[in-house]
Amino acid sequence: MRKQTSPGGLAVITRKEFADHVSGWRMIILMGLVAVTGVASLYVAAQTIRSAVGEAGTIDFVFLRLFTASDGKLPPFISFVSFLGPLVGLALGFDAVSGEHARRTLSRVLAQPIHRDALVNGKFLGGLAAVAAMLSALWLAVGALGLVLIGVPPTADEFVRLAAFLAVTVIYISFWLALSILFSTVFRQAATSALAGIAAWLFFAIFADLLADLAAAALVPAAAGGNPEAIFAQEQIRLWLSRLSPVTLYSEAVSTLLTPSIRALGPVMVEQILGALQGVLPIGQSLLLVWPQVVGLITGTAACFAASYILFMRREIRA
Amino acid sequence: MGSATPVIETSGLVRRYGDLTAVDHLDLTVCQGEIFGLLGPNGAGKTTTILMLLGLTEPTEGRVRIAGLDPSRQPLEVKRITGYLPDNVGFYDEMTGRDNLRYTAALNGIPRPEAERRIAKALQRVGLPETADRKAGTYSHGMRQRLGLADVLVKEPRIIVLDEPTVGLDPEGARDFLELTRELAREGITVLLSSHLLHQVQEICDRVGIFVSGRMVACGRVHDLAEQILADEQFRLLIEIQAPLPGLATELGRLDGVASVEDADGEEGGGRRLRLACSRDVRAEVGLRVQELGGILLHLEQSGRSLDEIYARYFRGKEMDNVA
Repeated sequence: MRKQTSPGGLAVITRKEFADHVSGWRMIILMGLVAVTGVASLYVAAQTIRSAVGEAGTIDFVFLRLFTASDGKLPPFISFVSFLGPLVGLALGFDAVSGEHARRTLSRVLAQPIHRDALVNGKFLGGLAAVAAMLSALWLAVGALGLVLIGVPPTADEFVRLAAFLAVTVIYISFWLALSILFSTVFRQAATSALAGIAAWLFFAIFADLLADLAAAALVPAAAGGNPEAIFAQEQIRLWLSRLSPVTLYSEAVSTLLTPSIRALGPVMVEQILGALQGVLPIGQSLLLVWPQVVGLITGTAACFAASYILFMRREIRA
Repeated sequence: MGSATPVIETSGLVRRYGDLTAVDHLDLTVCQGEIFGLLGPNGAGKTTTILMLLGLTEPTEGRVRIAGLDPSRQPLEVKRITGYLPDNVGFYDEMTGRDNLRYTAALNGIPRPEAERRIAKALQRVGLPETADRKAGTYSHGMRQRLGLADVLVKEPRIIVLDEPTVGLDPEGARDFLELTRELAREGITVLLSSHLLHQVQEICDRVGIFVSGRMVACGRVHDLAEQILADEQFRLLIEIQAPLPGLATELGRLDGVASVEDADGEEGGGRRLRLACSRDVRAEVGLRVQELGGILLHLEQSGRSLDEIYARYFRGKEMDNVA
């Protein structure tokens, strides 16, 4: 096909989708859910930090601990985001294409002088912009609240780590957005598409880890306290299988970013630790450590988006 | 009809879905300012044809030109000059009617002040100016249909394609809608109208094409089609006189071209209503003869050359083909 200059259809659709999301009830409900759980976990974390500081004097990276500390009852902030984030992405995309079908607006919109892909691109970009705006607002609000609660401002290093955390979270949620747009292209019914999205979410958030354990145990049987090499091999396989899940990738990425003392992901041999100096990783090294995870998330997002793009371009338009 | 510039042209247009041939070698020419009716039952390939004309579906083979442009190669140019009102059009329910039109205008790249002017004009024209600021979700079917036409008019198209525009409208709404369509054609806009409602098509279309299972089996003016297809078909004439007139039935039976005369209500010897079967148009002679015999003619109706008959004829023919 001949390449033509875009008449701005993409920008118009992106703007409309963004406006729809930002003013819609869906976003308000999910924002509320994430904000309430976030504030609760933040408060608990601040309490924990106070008592820890009281016992041990000064501790490093106090500000980051706001996001990762927990009292053992309520999970930390990052766990909530990794659990509820997918829901945000799914909610914004599950009826992206099927909704246009159901409202019978698809053929009317596509009869306007826009390229067909502008619609699906605009839906994705509009959703992405809404997610980014929402998370940035939440991020600033949580940061401000944390500042009030513990009274210690973040250092430059902490700030960079938090910015990276925000960026990775946006990528993580856009993966779920792309997945839900894919489902909305495959399934004509919005309810089916929503259900498929929720099924995928529950599978990855809850069962994927358990299944990875089972599969690894079946592939490389190793008794506890048995052959160390077998145990190591089993652990390797379990880790690689669980890394097929975007939830695992995200959890590894953000806990590494927000916990500078994490120096390696996966099993570490005693001989590797022997003689190692105690200390924390500089930000550059932490970023290097999570780079594969981030690339994995981006790849998943791109794959889902590409699949829905191709499906949509081949789809018959008739209502 | 305006000047005879062809605006829509197709030749050998085919669209197959697997084994099913939805459109089979369609050759169609529609000229500027013409109202062309695509007529046929559901599933005859009308909507597929429309989608191919707009470049929303790729033809399997054949050639399409819309104002000289190829919709598969230059879809944007074609869509810029073509307004399409789909069958049972939908709007974004949570937006007002006016906002829906603004969105369309923005997609067409019309600058804001110009868009506002065009939207006001289009809403005025379809008769929705007061309700335009209500949410589209509250609109009735008729209002949606009118908003759909306004949506088409906002881009000031050269060609308008209407897919079953009057289905589900009340008779008055349908009449208003068709009147508006006719007005647009008078302004030089080419209108392609798809429908299975014969009377409406007959009323406003300059020419019609009859679709049966993907093929256009006939195309032309309604009158010409009647001449062509129903040449061997008898005219049927129904007359009503004020009071029974003895001997009238026999008299009329003697007229040249009248094959038979019978009473419409089954009365022996002829009552007030008579039914004639004729091989040619004998209305004038019948009227004259009734008067000569001192009767008063109240009603005279000729049937057998309407689109209904033509249509029924095709489907009867088709069913017979299927049996054979």
